[in-house]
Amino acid sequence: MSVETSGTATIAKPDAPEQPVVVVDNVSLAFDDKVVLKDVSFTLLPGHTKVILGASGSGKSTILKLILGLWKPDGGSISVNGHRVDQMNERELMEMRADVGMVFQEGALFDSLTVGENVGYKLYEESDMRADRIDARVAEVLGFVGLNEFIDRMPSELSGGQRRRVAIARAMAAKPSILLYDEATTGLDPITAISVDEEMIKLRDLESVSSIIVTHQLRDAFFVATHEAVRRKDGYDIAPADAQKCDEAEFVMLKEGVISFEGNAAELRAAKDSYLKSFLS
Amino acid sequence: MVQLLDAWLKGAVLEVQEYIRLQVHTFRGCFSRPFYFRDVVEQFEEIGVGSLTVVLLTGFFTGAVLALQTGITLDQFGARPFVGRLISASMVKELGPVLTGLMLAGRIGSGIAAELGSMVVTDQINALRALGTDPIRKLVVPRVLAGFFMAPVLTVISDTVGIIGGWLIAVFQLRVASSLYWTSVVDGLYLDDAWMGLIKPFCLGYAIVTIGCHVGLRTSGGTQGVGRSTTNAVVAASVAVIAVDFFVTRLLITLLY
Repeated sequence: MSVETSGTATIAKPDAPEQPVVVVDNVSLAFDDKVVLKDVSFTLLPGHTKVILGASGSGKSTILKLILGLWKPDGGSISVNGHRVDQMNERELMEMRADVGMVFQEGALFDSLTVGENVGYKLYEESDMRADRIDARVAEVLGFVGLNEFIDRMPSELSGGQRRRVAIARAMAAKPSILLYDEATTGLDPITAISVDEEMIKLRDLESVSSIIVTHQLRDAFFVATHEAVRRKDGYDIAPADAQKCDEAEFVMLKEGVISFEGNAAELRAAKDSYLKSFLS
Repeated sequence: MVQLLDAWLKGAVLEVQEYIRLQVHTFRGCFSRPFYFRDVVEQFEEIGVGSLTVVLLTGFFTGAVLALQTGITLDQFGARPFVGRLISASMVKELGPVLTGLMLAGRIGSGIAAELGSMVVTDQINALRALGTDPIRKLVVPRVLAGFFMAPVLTVISDTVGIIGGWLIAVFQLRVASSLYWTSVVDGLYLDDAWMGLIKPFCLGYAIVTIGCHVGLRTSGGTQGVGRSTTNAVVAASVAVIAVDFFVTRLLITLLY
């Protein structure tokens, strides 16, 4: 275990490559009489992708909010980088979130800030980094998502796809090792959705970011699971992934708050369950 | 019926609990790090300078109409020259703080509830937390400090222009000598009145802003919810202004007079 000191708290990161970065163990949550999640368990390995599928209201987004510590589970445990999120106080959660980025539904960009200020928010407000270095990092991540020329625009001047890409840039600006995507492509046209998918693949394969993707867009889920980014001299290529790489992307299907399937893309396609079949059709 | 009452009571207790929690969290945020100084300055400008026009107009016309109305009544007793005394006492002790409070409830109470409510329903508050920022420290503390300290400043301005509005009516409409009016204004004011007029706005400003923040942060139900929160914040803050004014006045009368 290596130990990094950040601010007042101490955050340890696992050294062993196969030690899970996220562990969700028997997590349950209910609002009054409505059960949202029941005994949900899964793990995320470093550099891997976990795709959480399910119909609207099946509890997909709730899982991300629990992992990030925005909500607390009623039962079970959640660990991020080996630390129990469900037992942390708000100050410890702030420290934990330094290593976790999240892309919210619709982007959740701050209306009153420019694109550049949105992207650099965490660095400007919550770090001691020098302003010129922050500006350089903002330019770098905006270049990564291909939106450098939009740095001084307001979020209201962007299209839906551009907003999602800015949200991805904001989430990755502080170089987190885990990224959570909440319906990052929902409501986008297919071409824009593919460009957002490519950003997720690039972050995973070129920046070694572990990802949890919540979506009900099967096409995007399969695209991310079955493609990889390969660095070239003059940039990168997005190409179909080999079998080993495909296995690093695992699918979890939620049905009314319960996991009804867990496996890779090939296993999901071959599933016989009627609910899965109707979802895939 | 019993179930409805039970649900209503639970809801009411939860609201009070959350309001108190917000205040405790805000109090802590005022005296510990991180402190978002730039946001505090921005809110002082937004709440203080931004509310100046409405406060100036309200204060001026209130003073003017008070002079018109009391002039007629005082005439019945041959006491027209004392109009200044009545205006200064009314404006400084009661009308200045309450009307400024009501204007602030309408302007900043609604604005804060709408802004924070929109941030809640568009996940911007969650995004702030995800980016490692405490929304109470970043959004609530600056607004509460600005409301607490700017309400008295705005009240003093409102009192001043109200007395000037009364002077214009007294001199040009009621034909009271200017010197007589100003002598009467000073005669009508006591130090205890000034204290009362200064202490009350601190309480009113605090109540207006904390209510706006609480209602805004408890918003749910999309854009419809934002509209509902805005209305609730204005209604609750306006009622709070009148109620807090009564209780603080009662307390100050016991302590000062």
